[in-house]
Amino acid sequence: MNELGWIDRALVAARPQAVAALLRYFRDLDLAEEAFQDACLRALGAWPANGPPRDPAAWLILVGRNSGIDGMRRRGRTEPLPPDEVLSDLDDAEAALADRLDGGRYRDDILRLLFVCCHPDLPATQQVALALRIVCGLSVRQIARAFLVGDSAMEQRITRAKARIAAAGVPFEAPGAPERAERLAAVAAMIYLVFNEGYSATGAEVAGRAPLCDEAIRLGRLLLRLFPAEPEIMGLTALMLLQHARAAARFDADGAIILLEDQDRSRWSGPAINEGLALLDKALRHRRRGPYQVQAAIAALHARAERAQDTDWTQIERLYAALEALQPSPIVTLNRAVALAKVDGPAAALALVEPLEPALSGYFHFFGLKGWLLDRLGRPAEARAAFGRAIGLANSAAEAAHIRQHLDRLDGAEGPAA
Amino acid sequence: MLYAILCYNSEDDVGAWSKEHHDATMARLGVVQDGLAAAGRLGPVARLLPTTAATTLRKGRDGPLVIDGPFAETKEQLLGFFVVECASLDEAIATARDLAIANPGAGAYEIRPIAVFRPARTPAQTPAADGGGV
Repeated sequence: MNELGWIDRALVAARPQAVAALLRYFRDLDLAEEAFQDACLRALGAWPANGPPRDPAAWLILVGRNSGIDGMRRRGRTEPLPPDEVLSDLDDAEAALADRLDGGRYRDDILRLLFVCCHPDLPATQQVALALRIVCGLSVRQIARAFLVGDSAMEQRITRAKARIAAAGVPFEAPGAPERAERLAAVAAMIYLVFNEGYSATGAEVAGRAPLCDEAIRLGRLLLRLFPAEPEIMGLTALMLLQHARAAARFDADGAIILLEDQDRSRWSGPAINEGLALLDKALRHRRRGPYQVQAAIAALHARAERAQDTDWTQIERLYAALEALQPSPIVTLNRAVALAKVDGPAAALALVEPLEPALSGYFHFFGLKGWLLDRLGRPAEARAAFGRAIGLANSAAEAAHIRQHLDRLDGAEGPAA
Repeated sequence: MLYAILCYNSEDDVGAWSKEHHDATMARLGVVQDGLAAAGRLGPVARLLPTTAATTLRKGRDGPLVIDGPFAETKEQLLGFFVVECASLDEAIATARDLAIANPGAGAYEIRPIAVFRPARTPAQTPAADGGGV
């Protein structure tokens, strides 16, 4: 079975392109997925004996299209088939089809497939689930495990999301340049959402969700191959690679969070860092700054620091200021405050943080940082109060445990609070 | 005669290898390389970053043109390669430009960052050597 692993990998790799083309032919997500499944079954029958086809995606599209049309005939569907010009080449050889695929239409096909997953009516978690199911081909069980829900609940969620998309109508016309740019931005945001679902996992969730980071990086590379000259797509892929490079160092054996400055940097992934830095280098040459590039540049400064004390916080603080200008948000300001604390000390950082309280009164990291700054300023009672608010807002046991350490230390130093 | 042996495969496929499969494959390749190194037959070995990290300098009548992405034409053939230490992609592109000026006309240079590089190992540098290297 192991020696047939190449078939699984080829099917997974060909999936976005094949399902995207089948979606264009059948104009129906379920039909396209079914046709792809049929084609995969036939590949499992034919490929072990015949070896891999020259172009697996083209093979799967051709076979999937024929099987989809057969299925429609068998069921006597009354809906009209797609127009003749898209079906006229049914008997074409695989090579001719492959040549046409190289013609560039598949680029918009894949973008469309990704874009239908980021319909604005769908909540973020549904977008992510749909992309993982349709584009990445993860099983419902794998996705359910990632979101810690039962298989049938996830099945329902995906079915509902698909029905919403079908009701909204999939845009099949070839996009013009502005639509394409819009779709690209929406798809980039969705891919980063997939990544963050994986990256933000803590404790028991990590095992189920870590694969989401790999899937998101795979989607980033896919998008980059389709749109090789888009600096923000380079920046997004670089950002994900540089963050994911730290995966092995982010948690201790008990699943507790290890802060960036305490991580064993020898456990960071060198190849992922090199690839991220190379992509960022490529992006910056375009001199078209964007939020993903700036965030990747911040991650790159961390990656380049051999020890935590080598980190160029001055530059990081400047980059966060640039990010604030591009994408104003109290969370970005909060992150700039962390850098400012390193550069100008805790008093300057606290002055930046305090006005954010109304906007971030329900945000764990706000009170975590505020407590830490007050603690460093020698104001233990106020620090304890802020840490207390943080614990109440913790998103996971690991976050709460981390704050608990601060509180215990404060209590240890001061004696029990009066 | 020196021979270059160039590696082709689907980067999607190789990129999806499990860590176990990757490590086992690298271990088997390592055995072959060690044998070649012990015999004094192994030149430098390099593994490139994915094509998404590539930049191409296309030569042309109006001077070289920088294009994001790998070299995609099939009309031209791979004729040779350079391994150059560069501080940045800009420096790598400048270096390729120098090459293009020295050898103007048609063709292209694909600039690919190297992920793993092992310099040539002569018998003197390998554990299996008997000390005869210069």
